[in-house]
Amino acid sequence: MILCWVEPGPSGWEETTRGCLTMARGLAGRLGARLVAFTVGAQPDPVGLDELGRLGVEHVHVCAPDDPAYLPAAWGRWLAEAAGSGRACAVLVPGTDRGHEVLAHAAVRLGVAMVANVTEIGLDESGQPRRITRARWAGSVLEESVLPAGPTLASTAPHAVVATEVAVAGTPTVRVHPGAVDPADARVRLVEHIPPASTGVSLATARVVVGGGRGVGDPEGFVVLEQLASLLGGALGVSRAVTSAGWRPHTEQVGQTGTKIAPDLYIACGISGAIQHMAGCRSAKRILAINTDPAAPILAQASHAVVADVHQVVPALVEEITRRRANGGPDRPR
Amino acid sequence: MEIAVCVKRVPAPGGTVTLSEDEKSLDARNLGFTIGPHEECAIEEATRLAGIHGGRVTVLTVGPDEALEQLRAAMSFGADRGVHVRTEDGELGPVATATALAVAIRDTEWDGGGPDLVLLGNEAPDSADYQVGIRLAHVLDLPCLTGLKSLQVDDAAITGRREAAGGWDVFAAPRPAVVTVREGLNTPRYPSLPGRLRAKKRPVQTRTAVPDPVDAQLIRLRVVQIPRTQAELLATGPDLAGELADLLETWGVLA
Ligand SMILES: Cc1cc2nc3c(=O)[nH]c(=O)nc-3n(C[C@H](O)[C@H](O)[C@H](O)COP(=O)(O)OP(=O)(O)OC[C@H]3O[C@@H](n4cnc5c(N)ncnc54)[C@H](O)[C@@H]3O)c2cc1C
Ligand SMILES: Nc1ncnc2c1ncn2[C@@H]1O[C@H](COP(=O)(O)O)[C@@H](O)[C@H]1O
Repeated sequence: MILCWVEPGPSGWEETTRGCLTMARGLAGRLGARLVAFTVGAQPDPVGLDELGRLGVEHVHVCAPDDPAYLPAAWGRWLAEAAGSGRACAVLVPGTDRGHEVLAHAAVRLGVAMVANVTEIGLDESGQPRRITRARWAGSVLEESVLPAGPTLASTAPHAVVATEVAVAGTPTVRVHPGAVDPADARVRLVEHIPPASTGVSLATARVVVGGGRGVGDPEGFVVLEQLASLLGGALGVSRAVTSAGWRPHTEQVGQTGTKIAPDLYIACGISGAIQHMAGCRSAKRILAINTDPAAPILAQASHAVVADVHQVVPALVEEITRRRANGGPDRPR
Repeated sequence: MEIAVCVKRVPAPGGTVTLSEDEKSLDARNLGFTIGPHEECAIEEATRLAGIHGGRVTVLTVGPDEALEQLRAAMSFGADRGVHVRTEDGELGPVATATALAVAIRDTEWDGGGPDLVLLGNEAPDSADYQVGIRLAHVLDLPCLTGLKSLQVDDAAITGRREAAGGWDVFAAPRPAVVTVREGLNTPRYPSLPGRLRAKKRPVQTRTAVPDPVDAQLIRLRVVQIPRTQAELLATGPDLAGELADLLETWGVLA
């Protein structure tokens, strides 16, 4: 069987989980194996169960400990036990914080390798799913490797697989197993969840992001970028050069070690386009780059570009939008 | 307090990436090397905590001879001593790396017998295996907190928070523990000149590491061809602002 740890999202299963199940289903099809979902806590409700069925899951293994609170090491142990008792040839998880954490604990229990950010799983000469392709360097390089022994423990990169559903879906069978906690696995505890602050436009979900890099020059230079962002109902994002200089807080950083954004429009001002920055904004539908250097790497990745000084372009644009709004033009906010 | 920090030597590619001839590593000819942002924060946090609680910061790296450069860099940020676990024949996988770090930590002298806190990055900037910290914790039989962006350490416990669905998950564990951190935890300072001079004189212990047969075997790397959109250049004439505003309107982002 192929075992897949599934993570609930705000509504339905989390998107990376849906992609992960889609990859797992493809693999199960090639191997003629069953696709089994693994979850800790309560049984999925009928809607959640139907969705798993549409994603190709045939059976759900529910581990039901007395306390359903997240316990990373224990969850990893239970996942490993489910993999062992079902003789899974592969265990897949979505590449989220919890997915990676649970899988790493499971890998230790099973005494096998774990491969993260996997984009493709192929079969080796013996027909085992041990030929791995995975993303390195924030997705700029792919690595091909073989695993020496099974089972294959892999996490799927977000957006690596587009989730699809099966044409004829069945309802998965469900079995509930008890989960006993080893005291050593209870040393790390989740003590509190703090919900998101509900103020302002969030960078991760903004439709428009105005980005500023080293080319903005100094902390004062961001005032006009913030004005533009607020005129467009968007958020301000910055490069690491800016946070390292202490000009703006790290919460505004876009990139490999910052926030990943996927706006309709990203206006990148005075940003060179290093791969670590682009790793955070590659999902933007349009990128408008404003840069004085016609050879800046970002120009080869942007959809539109202005080769000019950000200090001239952005204030002029802010003025133009403000003027149009004052004249009650067609773009007046509704 | 005894604090260990694990750092990795990684290439720092700029706008484009090219591979070595055997396609097994990045072409290093035009590359600088660095310590990743998560790990820079780990070093900063270690020296900050040692400043508050008193104690010593030990930095460890598993890597080629050249990784000594990154150990010295970490010491110029304030680490007191270094352990260099040397490798031959390229990068080790995460299983071998965690084992090498665990053995080095066990064989190092610590006041009180072992480190109170072992800090790592949540994931390495290049390989992003997401596991060395957890594997290390298991070998050392310590609890492991991961992905933290804030950290409080007191005599008995370690608490910290990790981003979760726009909010935060707060985790706690008894001390000693392994903790993996993320950029944003703090703002690392630049090393001072006296710091850099002092770093040259600090002690470094050298050991060697071996591969582990459990790790995946590398076949080759491939550069991802990012579709070159070749930006449509907008004229920078006197009415550039008008042209841009028109575009924003067409794109439906002005309303
Ligand atoms: C492991 C690792 C992780 C990283 N993670 C991130 C990350 O998450 N996010 C991130 O952003 N970076 C990250 N970086 C850093 C990244 O490699 C770059 O150093 C950084 O993105 C550069 O920021 P920048 O483009 O603002 O600065 P620069 O590269 O210095 O570019 C400034 C640009 O501004 C232009 N310019 C100058 N003056 C003007 C002007 N007046 N008008 C218009 N344009 C002008 C210049 O032509 C240049 O193109 C990471 C690096 C590493 C090694
Ligand atoms: N070769 C290495 N030497 C020292 N520390 C390492 C090495 N590789 C990984 N680490 C540490 O483990 C963290 C996670 O790495 P990884 O699990 O490979 O993504 C890194 O951020 C480092 O702190």
